[in-house]
Amino acid sequence: MLLSVAGAPVDQRYLFEARQMQALSLAVHIPLVCFGIAFPALVLFAEWRYLRTGDPLYRTLARRWSKIMLALFAVGVVTGTILSFELGLLWPVWMQDFGNVFGLGFTLEGFSFFVEAIFIGIYVYGWDRLRPRLHFLSGMPIALAGITGSLFVLSVNAWMNHPTGFTLRDGRAVDTHPWSALFANPFFWSEYVHMYFAAYIVCGFLMAGAYAWAILRGRRGRYERTALGISLTAAAVAAPLQVVVGDWAARDVAQSQPVKLAAMEGLATTTRGAAEHLLGWYNGHAVVYGIEIPRLLSLLAFHNPNATVQGLDIVPLAAQPPVNVVRFAFQAMVGIGTLLALLGLVYLYIRLRRGRLPRARWFYWAVVLAGPASVVALIAGWITTEVGRQPWIVYDVMRVDAAVTGAHFIPFGYGALWLVYLGLAGAVFWLLRRFSRVPLEGDHAG
Amino acid sequence: MLADVPMVFILIGITAYTVLSGADFGAGLWTLVPGGGQAGAAATRDHTRHAIGPVWEANHVWLIFVLTVAWTCYPVAFGSIASTLAVPLLIAAIGIIFRGTAYALRGQFAHGEERGVRLVENLFALSSVLTPFALATVIGGIATGRVPVGNARGDLITSWLNPVSVLAGVLAVAFSGYLAAVYLAADARRLAERSLVHDFRIRALSSGVVAGLLALAGLLVIRAEAASLWHGLSSGLGLALVILSALAGVVTMVLVWRGRFGPARASAALAVAAVIAGWAAAQEPRVLPGLTVSQAAADRSTLIATIVGIAVGGVVLVPSLAVLYTLVLRGRLDTGEVSGEAAAAELEGGAPAAARGRRRRRGPTGVARRAGVAARAGVAARAGRAGVAGVAGAFAGACLVAGTGLLVFADPAWAHGLGAVALLACAVTVFALAAGPTGELSLVRAQPARCSHRAAPDRHGVTAFRWVSGMMAGR
Repeated sequence: MLLSVAGAPVDQRYLFEARQMQALSLAVHIPLVCFGIAFPALVLFAEWRYLRTGDPLYRTLARRWSKIMLALFAVGVVTGTILSFELGLLWPVWMQDFGNVFGLGFTLEGFSFFVEAIFIGIYVYGWDRLRPRLHFLSGMPIALAGITGSLFVLSVNAWMNHPTGFTLRDGRAVDTHPWSALFANPFFWSEYVHMYFAAYIVCGFLMAGAYAWAILRGRRGRYERTALGISLTAAAVAAPLQVVVGDWAARDVAQSQPVKLAAMEGLATTTRGAAEHLLGWYNGHAVVYGIEIPRLLSLLAFHNPNATVQGLDIVPLAAQPPVNVVRFAFQAMVGIGTLLALLGLVYLYIRLRRGRLPRARWFYWAVVLAGPASVVALIAGWITTEVGRQPWIVYDVMRVDAAVTGAHFIPFGYGALWLVYLGLAGAVFWLLRRFSRVPLEGDHAG
Repeated sequence: MLADVPMVFILIGITAYTVLSGADFGAGLWTLVPGGGQAGAAATRDHTRHAIGPVWEANHVWLIFVLTVAWTCYPVAFGSIASTLAVPLLIAAIGIIFRGTAYALRGQFAHGEERGVRLVENLFALSSVLTPFALATVIGGIATGRVPVGNARGDLITSWLNPVSVLAGVLAVAFSGYLAAVYLAADARRLAERSLVHDFRIRALSSGVVAGLLALAGLLVIRAEAASLWHGLSSGLGLALVILSALAGVVTMVLVWRGRFGPARASAALAVAAVIAGWAAAQEPRVLPGLTVSQAAADRSTLIATIVGIAVGGVVLVPSLAVLYTLVLRGRLDTGEVSGEAAAAELEGGAPAAARGRRRRRGPTGVARRAGVAARAGVAARAGRAGVAGVAGAFAGACLVAGTGLLVFADPAWAHGLGAVALLACAVTVFALAAGPTGELSLVRAQPARCSHRAAPDRHGVTAFRWVSGMMAGR
């Protein structure tokens, strides 16, 4: 009796705003996560170079980067906290009906977060106080925890996309198997590896963009070149490989979430030998004004040019995601990702074959642009998977409108969050500028 | 029985958050009223800022721990609480954003940038009031049974703006100020800052009296407003814990009075722990009205999984925390952060004096010598790695082919896993090959002369970018 009362549906007029509020918070947090995953490894690489070569430039580099890492971590901590609050504030019914299945992922993530927070304090505050080797070792847990933390969080997202490990009774999960639900999920690994590579692409290109800008402005010292070399190499290596990983992820979507794939491609009806469309617009029945490549979709999704691809019509209109949003986001991600991969290949070719940095100005302009572009691709990718899951919060099990809170605070909360995040963005921008203007200790600049 | 175990973890988490993060929030209060003591306002602010530097983030994680255990193990209770008490939770969350922002910005201002410093300090202080107050009103709402089971079925306002909640909120703010003063006095003692010791001793005593009076007032309000909670607190285990808390509070005051700040930290923490345990004892076994702990608990498998997860996590966490607090309490992390003065010096172009001295002692420092070392290292590395590079390149290529093949053309899950590992190996190898010293590579300037047709659009690009960045910088 108790639980049926708990499950009674509510009338929430501001469902759209609630979704926007969640999306805003995610869009702010996810780029910071990229730094949490990739940045510690780059900082540690620089410090390792210092330990190997004794070249103080690497120490300066690692030390300056570690300060940025700490500041971005602090911002990531609070924006991540907002997300965990919002899970309950916005989607309490989802939490109460399914928290017992996926909550474990967050509990484990909490420990990663602990380790990260503990050792980032030791690492950044310990530069002058710990012996060099010990200091380097104190950074290792940060890098590891960055990897495991994102792994645990993504296991929850993968579960939302491919829910298993429970039995549904009266709309609630019972007979739960949290371990297998989270980690034996076939959907999980492609999503995680995809995000992991994305983290290096975003972190690497954003940092490289800052140094490319410095190089264009004439600051071409050894410090800038070395910093650019490390960060750009990380991004340039990850970007082409991401094409392969993305293909893997897309085929997992094709198998587990045919409706999402149909939305990504604008495929209205189930089709044998389906064509792929570049650009264009989905008018409710088909993609118009696009470039059609016959049979390519079937080939990509199922490795068979004559394979049957399920269309949006396998579910009623009310169970279909907004096609154009998903499709544009997907195409933006793929398009930008392809350009980034090409840029990475150009860099690696010159770097490895000619043994030097590129000399053309356009290349550095492209790197400057690649930073923000990689963030756009990242967010577009998340829009693809999250909006593509609509109207489900738990795919095929619970609808978003059944999960939303009945409390009437959403417009207020959404507005307040915008104000706070605008202030936060201004603060971070100011902070990074300030970091970049701290002069080098003279002798490393040459 | 099993159903109670995660609740114990939650209570431990709440206690740790209150004792540790509460003190960090309290430090913000003292930056709001830094004057009036023997030490200058600036010294007081620096002291509070440095004391929480390395530990703030780790302390904050306890809140996340509490939330995650709650929603995993008692999901119905969590959903009901989060929906009915949405407003104070949102306020707390915004306070936490302010806190993180202030933390990231702090120490980045040079001397003379008073406006910026003031802004950050105010943000810090505001968060120190908002967050403890709002979170304590949540506790008050739960303790007084104002959160019915269900989606937002309680009153959005009176569930947290009621006498008990408001008093709990004010008490939490006072208490965090008190804890912070005790800890900061102890830190000042370690740093041998006599005037700061003096100031924070007085602050600890005065805020201790305020907190004690508020706690007494709180009991009276509970008696008048929340009969069942009062009943729990005035009998049995609840009463014993209230008395323990009061005793610990008095002992802390005596210890502070006598300047024994180390033990005072421990007894102050005990006073907090006893209050939280007392609240739990008074409310037990009820979580929400009509919902006991065992009714609220998730399935057995989830509880066991969570307990195992926490146990394994604890094996990592406890030694890590021990390392952190040992380093902090022994002052090993005190000067790693550049102080205000050192930051200012760095901004003005000079390396901090201490760092300069240390480097001089280490030996080769001359510009020429350092460049020589670097160049020699580069040459040696290149010569030694020429053969290795070929092998590594071949390995990377093989990994790329294998990874791509397994990911694109194989179907079983294990093949995909193997493919991902191969791609990762490829990435690491290519990174190692390409991220080495860039050495003498930097000839961007030569380009415009060689390809003059590119120069024109580039200049436009530069102008546009300068214009945009100028706009963003407010110029």
